[in-house]
Amino acid sequence: MLYLSLVLVFILSYSFYFYGKKRALSLKFKKNENLSSLPDYYGYYVVLLVFFPAIIIWFFLLIFKSNFQEMFVMSPVLFPDVATWSSGKFGLVMNKISNLSMIVNLSEIDLTVGDKSILKMASESEIIAAKNLANFDKIYGWSNLTLFIILPVLLGFLATKSISGKLNAQPIVEKIISYVIKGSSYIAIFITFGIFFSLVFEAINFFRYVNFIDFFFNTAWNPNRAFVINASEGFDQEALKEAFGFVPLLTGTLLIASVAMLVAVPLGLLTAIYLAEYASSKVRDIAKPIIEILAGIPTVVYGFFAALSLAPFIKDVGEGVGLPVSAESALAAGLAMGVMIIPFVSSLSDDVIKAVPQSLREGSYAIGATKSETIKKVILPAALAGIMGSFLLAISRAIGETMIVVMAASLRANLTFNPLEPATTITTQIVTSLIGDVEFDNPKTLVAFALGLTLFVMTLILNIAAITIVKKYREKYE
Amino acid sequence: MSSLEKRLAAEKRFKFYGMFAMTLSLFFVLILMYKIFSTGSGAFVRTTINADVYFDPNFIEVSSNSSKKEIMKASYVDLADQVINQNHPGLDEENFIKVREMYTRKFDYQLRDYIANNPNVIGKTVNLDISASSDLDQIVKGNYPRNVPEAQRKINDYQLSILDSLDSKGKMSKTFNFWFFTNGDSRDPETAGILGALMGSFYALLICFSFAFPIGLLASVYLEEFVKPGKITDIIEVNINNLAAVPSIVYGLLGLGMLIGVFGMPYQVPLVGGLVLGFMTLPTIIIASRASLRGVPPSIREGALAVGATKMQTVFHHVIPLSLPGTLTGTIIGMAQALGETAPLLLIGMVAFVMEIPGGAFDPATGLPSQIYLWSESAERGFLEKTSAGIMLLLSFLIIMNTVAVLVRRKLEVKW
Repeated sequence: MLYLSLVLVFILSYSFYFYGKKRALSLKFKKNENLSSLPDYYGYYVVLLVFFPAIIIWFFLLIFKSNFQEMFVMSPVLFPDVATWSSGKFGLVMNKISNLSMIVNLSEIDLTVGDKSILKMASESEIIAAKNLANFDKIYGWSNLTLFIILPVLLGFLATKSISGKLNAQPIVEKIISYVIKGSSYIAIFITFGIFFSLVFEAINFFRYVNFIDFFFNTAWNPNRAFVINASEGFDQEALKEAFGFVPLLTGTLLIASVAMLVAVPLGLLTAIYLAEYASSKVRDIAKPIIEILAGIPTVVYGFFAALSLAPFIKDVGEGVGLPVSAESALAAGLAMGVMIIPFVSSLSDDVIKAVPQSLREGSYAIGATKSETIKKVILPAALAGIMGSFLLAISRAIGETMIVVMAASLRANLTFNPLEPATTITTQIVTSLIGDVEFDNPKTLVAFALGLTLFVMTLILNIAAITIVKKYREKYE
Repeated sequence: MSSLEKRLAAEKRFKFYGMFAMTLSLFFVLILMYKIFSTGSGAFVRTTINADVYFDPNFIEVSSNSSKKEIMKASYVDLADQVINQNHPGLDEENFIKVREMYTRKFDYQLRDYIANNPNVIGKTVNLDISASSDLDQIVKGNYPRNVPEAQRKINDYQLSILDSLDSKGKMSKTFNFWFFTNGDSRDPETAGILGALMGSFYALLICFSFAFPIGLLASVYLEEFVKPGKITDIIEVNINNLAAVPSIVYGLLGLGMLIGVFGMPYQVPLVGGLVLGFMTLPTIIIASRASLRGVPPSIREGALAVGATKMQTVFHHVIPLSLPGTLTGTIIGMAQALGETAPLLLIGMVAFVMEIPGGAFDPATGLPSQIYLWSESAERGFLEKTSAGIMLLLSFLIIMNTVAVLVRRKLEVKW
């Protein structure tokens, strides 16, 4: 129904274009008024005045549907003291009502014995609320549909009524559109603010439980130790101190990222050099897109590959030569991540190598250098800043990568620099602390936002550094 | 060796390193594809056991006159047991359980669906292909070894002997596993399907597109055509570049903290997933669209302005239509990235076990990549196959989308 009403909004506002235009034309030819704008603009004028209010209301009703549902079901008429309930009680009753709503409309024969006893235990107002809940979608949908027939038609007629020859529609239309355009470009800023504030607010909540310094400098990570002693005392402060130590996550992240960079940097850079300087255009045209496939493969695929094939393979090889290798070694996750990053390094480096002016190469050849000497002594130093920029972007990718490590790395924190041992990462811990749990009232879930904020800041610094370096480099040769 | 020879040898070596690195990178692509395709292809085939099924009225609670609703509600467990007893006469209780395990646990549902479609079958005998259990399926496909001690096998010796006797009678066969494309998720690998996840991803991408495309297009128009470069555009520009590089999991935290936490949107639904993916795709679309707008030569704008068009008319009548192919290409590529993105879906809850196929953006759902993740976490060999098959499906969608993007660019792009 909601989608149907969206279609209605589009169709109705579009049809008012013709109505508005017709009205303008009839003013001109039947009443001989002079129009201030082209007739089309009167049509657009009506469309905009119908479409934007309607679409804003539509989005509002879509986004806040669950809030309306709650208001409708838990109305003070049925539950007079609902305003005084704690959120826990509210949730319990809501849960009960939603269970009731599944059976409340069934006919007598369809009810099981259990259903009947549940119905018997429910109070009358709960039954009514459950019936309301069961019918809510229908009611909401139909009232939505009616609203979006009446509203656009009403707006459309009002807007059309206001058309006269003196009304200059074009500047109004252009003004509205310019506001819409401007608004759209600010949405990017809003998203950044949204990210920042949603991270910061929940992170602050986390740091109410755990000391800032304890978090960043402790070397033990056992979030399961953060348990509640009892309701009055809250969390065991001593255990909290030792539960959330960021250091092993940082070392694990850096360990896996370093393994990845050890794979991606030489392979990516050499590939870029080969493609840019040696390969014939035929080889280049084939090889470049194939390597870029690696960047397009979803990371869940790499994770699956790392966990399924790479990790057992590495374990077998390691045991073959007498090395104890964990089944969740940092090496496996790092290698898979390295393969994923190759195209980032290679295509960015390829671009900067190609941007080195031809005159530098020719100068080097002229004094008798071979191609490889030119590359090593002239081109790479000239392209160094850009290549560094590409490395920084690759590191930022590696640090923020989630699925590979969630699937292939360990969940247990381990303060180690040995790639054969298991290690965990920041992103893995964010996912494990939030999967299946959305109560924002204990440090075990809130820590995800503190970790997210740290990750966001880390990648932001790397990105800004990379972009600045690349930009500076570009200016040098342009 | 003279110094020149040394230098030439170094030259050769260096070129070889480059070629080796490139070949190795290409090799990684191949090995990845090979691994996925070799483990996944089995999921499209299902082992079935051929049997004569007598729809014995004594074991069926409904009659051929019953309404469809009654037929769907009735239990067929007894009928399923009866069918197995008929096909394997003389089983004692212990062996009966072993034989029952060889057939799919959802056998009774299969019978129910058959009766629902052909109500007149009650009292008649029909030859049916019954789906085998996942463990048996894996033995037949050769994914489980047969020559290991019984304790290490999911299928015991007795079941193996039954299997061999069925096989020698020619009762075992393989059919195309259409369930994979028509079912939602299931606890049993043999009946688990991808359709639910596919629809979840579809609704999420629909929301993502309707959010990111119009806003991305208009934002890039504003930045390229309407403002003079200054402080605000610089801020927006840096902002967009940074947003494009923010790890996807942070967008998941945004969805969880803001959309679900503050705005009270529901958990696990494609609406939230789509919006989060939309936030992620927006910078990609803006960057592509700006590049494409920049590619429209100034002479077009000047020509329009010279004949008296307003700035707005110039942009909307001339510049945007000419830049649209580039914008669309960027949008499709952005959507392809969004389709493969998993981490944000994990955080906003689109990783739950959902059997029903979602009917809209408000129904709990998983996405294609998060379904792959869910299956990959499962220990059973049958799900391993499903995981790879899911990946194959995901990759083929990505290939299709990217091909469309390339075609759009080739066919529609105007060269200046």
